[in-house]
Amino acid sequence: MNILEKERHLKELEEKINKLGNRRIVRKLKEEVENYKKTEMIKLTAWDRVLLARHPNRPRAMAYINYMCPDFMELHGDRLYSDDRSIIGGIGSIDGMPFTIIAQQKGSSLEENLERNFAMPHPEGYRKALRLMQQAEKFKRPIITIIDTPGAYPGIGAEERGQGQAIANNLLAMSNLTVPVIAVVIGEGGSGGALALGFANKVLMLENSIYSILSPEGYASILWKDSSKSKEAAEAMKLTAYDLEEFNIIDGIIKEPLGGAHFDKETTFFETKRALLNEYFKLRRLSGTELHYQRNNKVRNFGFLQRFNYDNLGGIKR
Amino acid sequence: MNNISKALQNRKKVKEKIKILYDEGSYIKAQKADVPKGLYEKCPKCNNSINKKTNIENDYICKHCGNHFRMRAIDRIKYIIDDDTFVEKGIGYITLNPLFQDGYEEKIASYKKKTSLDEAYIYGYGKISGEPCVIGVMDSYFLMGSMGSVVGEKVAKTFEYAIYKKLPVVIFTASGGARMQEGIFSLMQMAKTSAAVAKHSNMGLLYVSVLTHPTTGGVTASFATLGDIILAEPNALIGFAGPRVIKQTINQDLPEGFQKSEFLLEKGFLDQVVHRKELKPTLGKILSLHRGDRR
Repeated sequence: MNILEKERHLKELEEKINKLGNRRIVRKLKEEVENYKKTEMIKLTAWDRVLLARHPNRPRAMAYINYMCPDFMELHGDRLYSDDRSIIGGIGSIDGMPFTIIAQQKGSSLEENLERNFAMPHPEGYRKALRLMQQAEKFKRPIITIIDTPGAYPGIGAEERGQGQAIANNLLAMSNLTVPVIAVVIGEGGSGGALALGFANKVLMLENSIYSILSPEGYASILWKDSSKSKEAAEAMKLTAYDLEEFNIIDGIIKEPLGGAHFDKETTFFETKRALLNEYFKLRRLSGTELHYQRNNKVRNFGFLQRFNYDNLGGIKR
Repeated sequence: MNNISKALQNRKKVKEKIKILYDEGSYIKAQKADVPKGLYEKCPKCNNSINKKTNIENDYICKHCGNHFRMRAIDRIKYIIDDDTFVEKGIGYITLNPLFQDGYEEKIASYKKKTSLDEAYIYGYGKISGEPCVIGVMDSYFLMGSMGSVVGEKVAKTFEYAIYKKLPVVIFTASGGARMQEGIFSLMQMAKTSAAVAKHSNMGLLYVSVLTHPTTGGVTASFATLGDIILAEPNALIGFAGPRVIKQTINQDLPEGFQKSEFLLEKGFLDQVVHRKELKPTLGKILSLHRGDRR
């Protein structure tokens, strides 16, 4: 039974219990349900976390922004082609401190999802992000990026306008920034489309979010030629926050309430804000050069390899 | 035995090892073994059969339609770099299996044997038409030239070596993208290589990237498209998402010539499309125009 089935099952149970008249029995049964939740809902497999990361009720980036900075002002357009609705960018203050916030926004209904292109950005979205990051650099404003995307959009228009080049330029520009950059993955972090906003001083992840090179379905169909094996793929890919923290790819995990972020949105928002500010206060002490060095040094050490150094022998003539 | 003599002995052993690893003969043998049997092969573009021997002499260009075949990294270096000037750097990396994928180590070992390379990328010092530079070449015959931890590390090292020597960098890309088997580590190589390019660029040094067939995925979205000058070979597939993925997503046939280098030139993402025979003089010209002592 995966987490969604458990969730549905619990809901049905609760409805049935509420229909019962006897108060004492209701109370007793409710207690049992709570106990069941406490024991069963914390046993999450990687695939459960994938399902939670894609949960239709999961809070979206805009909700986090509205909670954290009530005075958020959205800035539109990449000044080159158009405005991509799947990336939200703007400025706002968190507890009185100004931030530039760039976020990938999924929709909560089909209509909104169509408008937001299921949070799959086009090149103009990344160019808008780039513009806002350079603006933040000019005004020495710290940057928060919120990542929630299945990946960059693979389409004709996106390729015509240079999807790869847009992402590459973002990475190059983010490497050169001298302001604090904090990234937080709130749902899906899919491949290059997520990394284009994820090259940060500190990367945080919500407990039930995922960050991977491609979707488990894609992984299963490419490597195992069988897209139905996505459950096993999710397990094998090591895409959960806990795995990535072990690999030192991310810097921190933000705890979610029991059963996922959608069960208690306020708490999730509060924890996220606290974690972000916590990291920001640490980064604020560093100078621009130190921030630049820290960010680049961090990615320089990413990789899993061994080396026997032959270079001191002067290389090899072919 | 003291430490110094121990070290010296080790050094001797290593040198012998290198000789075995990088024996010229073993490479030629590997090449012969990899090419499918038979004297003729079919050109994928014009369907004419061509003699393999003349094809190799013709720098892997179809004599009927001018289609550029894929080229091995070592052939590429022999073709582009002046004779006896190439010194390979960054040897001795060992690819590990971070996600404990079944069969990944065996796969790597078999590709190592087939191509006599230790990874899908080699780099080193060399001269192009007398101009010194650091050259890096990806080999699409090694697991589709995919970028894993080792390739990313070597690309980053390429730029660091060039910064140390104050030299321009020329990179030939040919890759299917990030390596799936290494998961998130491959993805992070995109950031790593881009950061290396930024560092090199901030030193005021030149980076020329030459895109060859095929350059897709994570490589396109990182160092391949960050060159100061971006060249491409004719009719090369260059793009972020592969054509199959796009076709699946939009449920439509793709227009002809989509994601080919001529298409990208038209859309303004390339500086030039250069025929393989003109590649060496073009690179020589670019490098000589950027030579430091002229400034």
